[in-house]
Amino acid sequence: MSQKPDSNRKSGRRSPLAIILLVAIGLITTGAAYAMASSATASAEVDLSSPEVIDEGAKLFAANCATCHGLQAQGTENGPSLIGVGAASVDFQVGTGRMPMQANSPQAPVKPVQFTDAQVQALAAYVASLGPGPSIPSASMLTGGDVAHGGELFRINCAMCHNVAGAGGALTEGKYAPTLDNSAAVHVYEAMLSGPQNMPVFNDLNLTPTEKKDIIAYLEYQKANPSPGGLELGSLGPVSEGLFLWIFGVGAIIGLTIWITAKSN
Amino acid sequence: MANIAKGSDGSELVATSDKRLSGKELGTAVVTTDSFENPGLPPHRQRVTDTDPRRLARAARIVAWLFYLSIAGSLFTIFAYMFFPIEDGDTTSLRLSTLYIGLGSAFALLAIGIAAVHWGKAVMADKEGVDERHPVRGTPATRERAIEIFKEADEESGFSRRTVIRNGMIGAFIAFPLPAIALFRGLAPMEVDPNNELKHTFWKEGLRLTRDPTGVAIKASDLTIGSSVHVIPEGLAELPEHEKLDAKAKAAVLLVRLKPEDLNWTSDKRKSWSYDGIVAYSKICTHVGCPVALYEQQTHHLLCPCHQSQFDISNECAVIFGPAARPLPQLPITVDAEGYLVALSDFEEPVGPSFWEREK
Repeated sequence: MSQKPDSNRKSGRRSPLAIILLVAIGLITTGAAYAMASSATASAEVDLSSPEVIDEGAKLFAANCATCHGLQAQGTENGPSLIGVGAASVDFQVGTGRMPMQANSPQAPVKPVQFTDAQVQALAAYVASLGPGPSIPSASMLTGGDVAHGGELFRINCAMCHNVAGAGGALTEGKYAPTLDNSAAVHVYEAMLSGPQNMPVFNDLNLTPTEKKDIIAYLEYQKANPSPGGLELGSLGPVSEGLFLWIFGVGAIIGLTIWITAKSN
Repeated sequence: MANIAKGSDGSELVATSDKRLSGKELGTAVVTTDSFENPGLPPHRQRVTDTDPRRLARAARIVAWLFYLSIAGSLFTIFAYMFFPIEDGDTTSLRLSTLYIGLGSAFALLAIGIAAVHWGKAVMADKEGVDERHPVRGTPATRERAIEIFKEADEESGFSRRTVIRNGMIGAFIAFPLPAIALFRGLAPMEVDPNNELKHTFWKEGLRLTRDPTGVAIKASDLTIGSSVHVIPEGLAELPEHEKLDAKAKAAVLLVRLKPEDLNWTSDKRKSWSYDGIVAYSKICTHVGCPVALYEQQTHHLLCPCHQSQFDISNECAVIFGPAARPLPQLPITVDAEGYLVALSDFEEPVGPSFWEREK
């Protein structure tokens, strides 16, 4: 009796392959569940024109935004008017954590998002109700673009500030173009539409929705495909590459010189 | 010790009254003494390979092995070339080929270097010797002889006597570099006046402003406040590749729309070059010609990424920072009957960096 279950175990449950299989199944299940959950939140279409949502947004606005933007979103000396900026602008600024702004600085930095998705949507609905403006792009407007065409458009319209690899770069007086490595496609689209902070506006007559889709496809491709040249050092160009060479290249030369001139022990 | 003062170079100035030094009576002259003593050579230290024959044998083996490793590296490079060929259009094959060839040859060369140094340091005999430095100045006899040799050479070659030959030679040397100046002319386009080429671009009256790279014409109503569009002249996109790039290098324009009240003008003429807050400026930096296109829509600043020149669009692109000498040239624009933006003329001044014949 004692032999039989033992051999059963060996042939079946204790196999190392079984463990790998189990882990793989676990990963796939959680991954799929996560993907479904995240796509569910992305596609959870809130009716931005419903009075309840707008009302909820108005309350949130009065409590969190009105200090700088004014009670009627008319703007004060501390913040611009939000009438006519549209839902896209709110979804970008609040959805990336840039707003509410933490302190008066040359540029609002990305920080942890301060509101739930539903609250961001409510705020967007309220601001959109104040005047016509660009709306939040739907999920179908963000995928399936032409990577090569997107790359050409990116190099002409975006690369001068955001760097050809989307790594970002410095502007004047403490301002900067942020890296696009971690930007969600929807936020990239909204940024082009609304021209947040010092970024110029790329409306649909300048870059058509198809062209915007192509640019997003290029950025997604950049994220998914590592540099064919090896370690890219942040894609920052001469600064990081020069620093790397100065520290490690010159360091190695100094090390070798010391070794050559030191007396053998 | 009171009469010892520190000199500015750190040496001590000692009055000659100090009898330790001079043994003479009080005086005013000072002599300097060097406070630093020559420590001499450190005692000779023997290496482990000098004292331990087994360590010596081991070091010798390492040196030999390093040379063999170098041979292996060279062979590896040959094999890498053979087995990882570069195939057309396949970047992965290019990457592998260059990586392995590079690694192999680097390894081969580095191993030779390390082996040579290790051989010299650990295996070769370790003797210390002193070679005294001889004085730089020669003996009077050597110096006289040197002058004699010069005179003799002059006498025998006739360098001073045959002035026709000598002057001919000097003239030939001077004339030799002159053709280079003429040859440099060949770098500029031959069939046109290069000076004129620098002063004019593809733009002319009535050409529509079109998008880069598609060449689609732009309507004034396409631009919202804060928009920026990268512009090429109508017809440029259809040129053959080489001519297109040549023309684009001068004609590239940045088109932006501001609130009309944000624009300050020095003259009504300049104001008439804009349309309802829409202005077009050359993208070619007046410093060394980089494309200036880092536009900040709230501050209305344009930043050149190469040397950080900054231009203020609200003040006719005046230079507000950096090495650029002049504002960016403005392209005069208006709208045609169909609402498309068109150029009123070419730029009124040459675009881009300074050149010799530029008037201002």
